Amino acid sequence: MSRLGNMGARLYRGEVSFDFVGKRKIFYGIAVLITVLAAVGLFKPGLHYGIEFSGGGVFTTPATSISASEGKTLTEKALQGEHEVIVQKLGTGGLRIQVSDVDAGNAEEIKNKVADGVDIAPDKVDPQVVGASWGEQISQKALTGLGIFMVLVVVYLAIAFEWRMAVAALAALVHDLTITIGVYALVGFEVTPGTVIGLLTILGYSLYDTVVVFDGLKETTRGITKQARWTYSEAANHSLNQTLVRSINTTVVALLPVGALLFIGGGLLGAGMLNDIALSLFVGLAAGAYSSIFLATPMVADLKERTPEMRALAKRVAARRAAEARGENVAGPRDAAEDDQPAGAAAGDHGDRDRASGKRR
Amino acid sequence: MAAPKKGRPQGRPGRALALILVAMVAMVATMFLTGHTTPRLGIDLAGGTSITLTAKSDQASAINPTNMNTAVGIIERRVNGLGVSEAEVQTQGDRNIIANIPKGTDEKQAVDQVGTTALLYFRPVLTMVQAAPAASPSPSGNASGSGTASPEPKGTASPEPKDSGKPKGADESVAAEPSAGATTQGRAVSDALRADAPKSPEASASAKPPEASGAAKASESAAPAGSEPPAAPSAPASPGGLDTAVPADLQKKLEALDCTDPKSVDAATKGVKPGEKMVACDEDGLYKYALGPAAVQGRDVDKASAVLDTQSGAGWMVTMDFNSAGTEKFAEVTGKLAQQAPPNNQFAIVLDNEVVSAPSVSSTIGGGQAQITGNFDQKSAEELANVLSFGALPLSFSVDEVTSVSPQLGGEQLEGGLIAGAIGFVLVVVYMLVYYRGLAFISIISLFVSAILTYAIMCLLGPAIGFALNLPAVCGAIVAVGITADSFIVFFERIRDEVREGRSLQPAVARAWPRARRTILVSDFVSFLAAAVLFAVSVGKVQGFAFTLGLTTLLDVVVVYLFTRPLMTILAKNRFFSSGHPWSGLDPKRLGATVPLRGRRRPVRTAVKEA
Repeated sequence: MSRLGNMGARLYRGEVSFDFVGKRKIFYGIAVLITVLAAVGLFKPGLHYGIEFSGGGVFTTPATSISASEGKTLTEKALQGEHEVIVQKLGTGGLRIQVSDVDAGNAEEIKNKVADGVDIAPDKVDPQVVGASWGEQISQKALTGLGIFMVLVVVYLAIAFEWRMAVAALAALVHDLTITIGVYALVGFEVTPGTVIGLLTILGYSLYDTVVVFDGLKETTRGITKQARWTYSEAANHSLNQTLVRSINTTVVALLPVGALLFIGGGLLGAGMLNDIALSLFVGLAAGAYSSIFLATPMVADLKERTPEMRALAKRVAARRAAEARGENVAGPRDAAEDDQPAGAAAGDHGDRDRASGKRR
Repeated sequence: MAAPKKGRPQGRPGRALALILVAMVAMVATMFLTGHTTPRLGIDLAGGTSITLTAKSDQASAINPTNMNTAVGIIERRVNGLGVSEAEVQTQGDRNIIANIPKGTDEKQAVDQVGTTALLYFRPVLTMVQAAPAASPSPSGNASGSGTASPEPKGTASPEPKDSGKPKGADESVAAEPSAGATTQGRAVSDALRADAPKSPEASASAKPPEASGAAKASESAAPAGSEPPAAPSAPASPGGLDTAVPADLQKKLEALDCTDPKSVDAATKGVKPGEKMVACDEDGLYKYALGPAAVQGRDVDKASAVLDTQSGAGWMVTMDFNSAGTEKFAEVTGKLAQQAPPNNQFAIVLDNEVVSAPSVSSTIGGGQAQITGNFDQKSAEELANVLSFGALPLSFSVDEVTSVSPQLGGEQLEGGLIAGAIGFVLVVVYMLVYYRGLAFISIISLFVSAILTYAIMCLLGPAIGFALNLPAVCGAIVAVGITADSFIVFFERIRDEVREGRSLQPAVARAWPRARRTILVSDFVSFLAAAVLFAVSVGKVQGFAFTLGLTTLLDVVVVYLFTRPLMTILAKNRFFSSGHPWSGLDPKRLGATVPLRGRRRPVRTAVKEA
């Protein structure tokens, strides 16, 4: 099998283990840093809104020999400098001409002028006219959707898992969104309704990842209080390592088609909705993979360690290790701990056995 | 948790496989039998114009589904009036209406038609003539009041029994609502009208109910009708004080009007003010009218509804309620109309300069309520009620987005989407092959099954619920390749974990499934939730994206349950996989299994623990 496959096996057995949970402060730090950066980016340079938010017209021409800068000059001349013009060359050879202050009323007239300017028959030019309130309306709905979705997901996760995981997942989600928006602000990508769609989709996707990790975590830590070898954090870390290959694979496989979209959307078709959706998806997915491994699980561990049971467990583990360090015979307690494990473990409960068989540190 | 019960085979993998294959074949067969072998394409892929409108209103409560649907009905009428029959108008979200107009339509005209506010007026009928080009309009020239030679609006022996052929209103009449007697009288009038109205005006007069409340007050002077100023002050006043004269220029216009030619209609009706006389065609282009100034405006209608009158046996009728201003004006104009001879005792309900209905009046209708009777069926009654309600709609619409896509650009976008999909698919397949080797084939076949199902469902949903594949939907389908493949990865990794534990393949698959299943269900549920919320709050194209995402997420569950897992179970018996062939992706050695294959039934826990 490939080297990664071997890696998977070693991760699985705990021969190789990344200390995600132990070094969580570093990862929190990174997340906070990125989030702060993103927040700063939101103030300056701020988000660059597409035509859908300011209102205006977009005119797409068929393939032409005119370059983008020529197109801009020609269009501006044709419109007598009364409108702001942005021109992009598309992969198809056509031009995408954005013109400000266009509404349904004067669209026809402007279209004709633009077509005249770049010397293309008006009926070959495809206009898109957007009212100024349109983007706002979409964003408004998106925000509503965001709110509804977050509430639903937190409730669902709290029921399916527990509230601490729900909180951690939510934090990871906010992190992903902030990073994505921040990247948009800093890089200066244009924010369009397509971006907003992508953003909403990230929600589902980022959670998909997190849920897969949590599912493993839940299984691994079942009956954890009945032994004294591992603290919750250690168990969580091991679970994370076990599912690491799976997380990487799912993320890579999710990113591949999005990358293809981005390539085609950006490279072949030039700007457009395809590109917008794919771009925000790509950034968000990457952030989502980071947050579900580096943030969500460590946070759950953090929250868990605060509960009385886990504190007691940590004490027992510490006591036991101290005893081991003193070279005392720990066989008795260990066996006791083993015996304490639920019947399910003996019958082959995956999680407990994994921990028992894989842990080495 | 569900450790598989011993000795029981893995469900019945053959059955599940057969089920999904049958479903697949059935869908594909339906697809071919019904001829829907390609999905309906959205405007952005097929070319055309898409217009998004947003409803605005002073009262927030006015933007409700009923009003929105009424508006959709009206807009649909107007768009299809352009001569495009495939135009599609639908509400989206709570306050948006999207009109999709296929290629080949003048987009400017379409925007004009869709974007402007519909105008509804009640205008007295001055004269009406058959609109057939052959028929000379001249006989009706002397119309005013006499109605002598006007072409017969469908006598009793009329060859067209359907109401589509009827002259508007010739067999419809209006009556004051509260009195059942009035209704019957109204019908009596209408019957009289239908029988012989135009030939002998007296027929209608004689049918006029003497007991009709407050009919024809002589005290009503010769003052012009309604609050609108009369267009031709010089016109002779006919009995009842209604200006029924048809000025020469209007007469000329009426003669020139060709109801079969939209341009002519447009030219004749453009820019007419409510206070002016005008000419108009009826909906079916069968009759044309000269109409007086607007007497009542659409916004004076409070509400209108189609009612089945079971008591008097009048059948379907339309009831209207006016507001106070409308009540007054309507009472006044009906009072005058009631004294006129046919066809001048009719008022025309004019929507967007087109006569929708022209009922006759037999008495003054006060009290703010009126009912229109005639030979309506449920559909036509509801249509008319709809039109009337629209006048009452406290909504205005702003054009928020207009996108025109030429078929060429649409084709390029579709091509781009398909290429992106193909590249994405191939990349995923290659990655799976490299990492999972033999196992990858199971995921590739599963991906194909998923793709076929998605495609077939998209094709079938086109005619079923009007689903149209647009660019974001294509995008959603591409993104879904990742989601679907993710489920396989979750399953495969579980199986590998079990193999690492030292299990041989069959038990490993059996044990891996319940765990993988839970993970897949939980994560797909979250995915689906996101898609559903996105669908619920989004407008326009975005919905296509959310819809595809939701659909493919559901299909993912179906495919994993009914295809991937049974196939895996069956293939686990195959030597290539069960022997852990190096290319199977399940080689225990490479996976680093802790115990030699077929060593023991259960792994020895201490073996590793103590290592």
